[in-house]
Parts: sequence; structure tokens; C-alpha cells
Amino acid sequence: MISYGHHRYPGRLFVVEGTDGSGKSTQLSLLHQWLKSEGYPVFFSEWNSSPLVKDTTRRAKKRRLFTPTTFSLLHATDFADRTERDIIPPLKAGGIVLADRYIYTAFARDVARGCSRSWVREVYKFAVKPTAAFFFRAPLDVAVERIASARPQLKYYEAGMDMEWSDDEEDSFKIFQGKILDEYNHMVSEFGLTVIDGTQPIRTQQRQMREIVGRYLKEKLKEKVGLTK
Amino acid sequence: MKEMKFYGTPLPGVEVEPYSGKLIVIEGTDGVGRSTHVALLRTWLEAAGHAVLDTGMTRSVLAGRGIKNARTGHTLGRLTMQLYYATDFADRLESQMLPALRAGFIVLTDRYVYSAIARAAARGADPNWIRSIYGIALVPDAVFYLRLRSAEELAARVLASGRGFDFWESGMDLGLADDYYDSFVAYQKRLLREFDRMTREYRFHVVDASKPVKRVATALKRAISRIVEEEPSTSAVDLKTTTREKPKPAAESATAAPGT
Repeated sequence: MISYGHHRYPGRLFVVEGTDGSGKSTQLSLLHQWLKSEGYPVFFSEWNSSPLVKDTTRRAKKRRLFTPTTFSLLHATDFADRTERDIIPPLKAGGIVLADRYIYTAFARDVARGCSRSWVREVYKFAVKPTAAFFFRAPLDVAVERIASARPQLKYYEAGMDMEWSDDEEDSFKIFQGKILDEYNHMVSEFGLTVIDGTQPIRTQQRQMREIVGRYLKEKLKEKVGLTK
Repeated sequence: MKEMKFYGTPLPGVEVEPYSGKLIVIEGTDGVGRSTHVALLRTWLEAAGHAVLDTGMTRSVLAGRGIKNARTGHTLGRLTMQLYYATDFADRLESQMLPALRAGFIVLTDRYVYSAIARAAARGADPNWIRSIYGIALVPDAVFYLRLRSAEELAARVLASGRGFDFWESGMDLGLADDYYDSFVAYQKRLLREFDRMTREYRFHVVDASKPVKRVATALKRAISRIVEEEPSTSAVDLKTTTREKPKPAAESATAAPGT
């Protein structure tokens, strides 16, 4: 088993992180478009997308079977499948992998739910260290406002209702997101996350992101698959 | 009453409190007769008036079905498999084993974390990684390791059972050999080595499983009666009067306990 920070693959892995409503998915899809138009082989991998785990997660959420520990471990299972199936093979082949949410999401959420920081980090030790990890930081009220206006109803676990911090969904969601934000801030230096100010105009954020990603791209990545223009 | 002791990080949100039940583990590789003995022990304990909960791998409400489906497809990666099993274990620990132990049940478990650790190690996982994950496990009252000396003996047992060789029990995902039999032998050899390694680390009571079923059962019963009789076991009903902190109505603990 190769541990975090010790994988040596020719490809590149870029991930986006941030609280719900921070604008990270929008930025990642813009980056995706740009890389494709530049002719790079790009693979996209999303949080909670393993075909082996999906049904179990859906059922557990519906029937409210999760505890902080099983929530953490099942998401780790999902992530392991993504790593083994969608992330490592394209990286070995020299491709670019884009991930919407990565291990830092688990670190933030699980610790907010009371899991031990060191235990959760140990569970995810097999993860590939990203080439760059972007953390879209938006103040709590901005993120909460974006989510509240976009979704009529918050889901049970999304709002952290399982923790019984509050009977009110919106209050619970704010408390939960606040804890998550604290964990992200804690991780900036620990993991060298690249902070992007999520309150800036979308185009400004994208320009900053492309500038940083561009530093890690070489023409070689294109030549490898014969896609040079 | 005994204090809860965990191998590593205790479970978040779970109150660490004394429990009156017993956690008894029956471990061993495929084909040593674990399930036969769990069934015999259960009948024997119940006849003696003990409330028993038995559990085993992939029997969780949360992840059991998902693991079975994933195994059928043969597309389960090595790391994914370990974590799926860990999820199944955590769910059973929190929703079946701990409530039963608190209510004074004898919990018999067909395999515990040791099989999971052996399988992970046989697949090249970092031994510290898998041990940290299972740091959430409660240290059992006793672990009985049903041991057969060689993989060939295990293969003979599988043959005698009439079940035939299974893809995962043969470790076919590892690509150790071309056919199920050769792969079974090579894979089980690895597991036996891992179990031997864990014997001292986790204080296994080693039981020679090559002996006839009756003799193995007698040995297990003798050892288990000592553990069960260590102190008068408190039944769920008695708890009402003896619990120090939060007294719960007897009906509640009794219904919460079996979990199945």
C-alpha cells in the first residue's frame, strides 16, 4: 500500500474543496472545459460516486442508519473505490484527474461530527496527494445564503441533524457548516491547500485557478496521447 | 461489570461505560468449523439460561447487502474491500454488539477484526493502517482461534463440506495461481501466517481444530464456562435495580439489545 505523499505518477490531480455553496463545482467545471479545449486528456471524479457503494449510502441516508463512525467509514469505502478505479489508473497513464471534493471534505465533516482527527487521517492514508488542492473560502453567511436560496429543503445529514445540535434545520446547518469551516481553516497549512477567495467574481477566481494549474501542465501531457494541436 | 476497553480510538458519540455481558470471539480461517461451533455454543449457553446474540461478517443492516453485491461482481478493489468490511463491523459493533453487552448478553461473534486484519495483510495493505482503522474495536473477553496447521487440511475441509471453492475464499482477486485450488492453498497459507503472527499480539486461545467436533466443542465450553462464571452475570431485568448512573426501563434495554 502506497501512503499519501508517496505516489509517483506522471499524471496530475487537481481537487476542489470548500463548504456547500462556496462555488467550487462551478469553478471545477470551467477548468474542465478549458483543459479539454486545450487538448488534454481529462477525467472527472465526483464525491460519493462509487457504483459499489451508492445504493448502500442512499439506503442508509433514507433510513437514517449512520453514526459518525459508519458515516465516515462508508464514505471512505466510496473514496477507496474511486481511488482504485477512477483516480490511480488515469494518473498512471499520464492523464489529468479533476476531483470535486477529496479527502479534506471527509476530514472536515467527520471531525465536525466528533471523529478523532488522527483516526480519520489514518483511514485515508492510501489517498493520492493532489498536485494542487483548491479551497474555495466563502464566509459562512454567504455560503448558507447560496444554499438556502438554491434548495427548498435541506437534507437530514447535510444539515447535520443527526448531531442534534438544534431542532431547527437551518440553525443546525449553520452550526455544522461553521464547524466544517473551522476544520478547513485548520487544514490550510497542514496540507498546503491553495486558498481562493470565493467572494470574488467567478471569472476572477477562474483566472487565478488556471494560472496555478498552468504551472503544473507540460506539453508532454498532451503529446503522450497524441492530442497535440 | 467490566470497563469498556478499546484497542485504539474509542467510538465518537458512544459512552464508555461498564458492561455486564461478555464478548466472545471465534476466529479462524475458512473451513475450520467456526459457524458449527458458534451454533453449538449458542444452544448450550441458552440452555444454561444465558441471553445470547450471535453475529458475524456481512451481517450488518447498513453494509451487509452492499458487500454481498459487490463480491458477486468481482470488481471489489483491495482497499475498497477492507473499508467496506470495516463499515460493516462498525455498524454491528455500535448497533448490535455494544447494546447487547450493556444489557448483559453473551455476544458470540463468528470472526472479529482479526480475520479482517489478516485478509488486509494478505493483500499487501499497511499493517498499521488496518490496525488503526480497527482501533475502534472493543477488546473482547476472550478470543478462540480455531487452528488448522496447513492450507491443505483446510482445502480437505472445504471439499468435505461439499460447498466447493469460492472466488474470495480462494483469494482469486490476488492472482496467486491459475486455478481455485492452487490459489486457495497459496492464499490460506498467507492467512495462517498472519493468524500465527497475531496469536501473541491479541492473546488468542489457540484451539486445535483438527480434533473431532465434539472434542473441540468440549474444550470451548470448558474455557467459556470459566469466563461466564467469573462473576454472576446480570440479566437485562436485574439491570433496573443495579445500574448506577442512568437507570433504563427493563423493557427498553431488552428490546434494544438483540438488534436483529
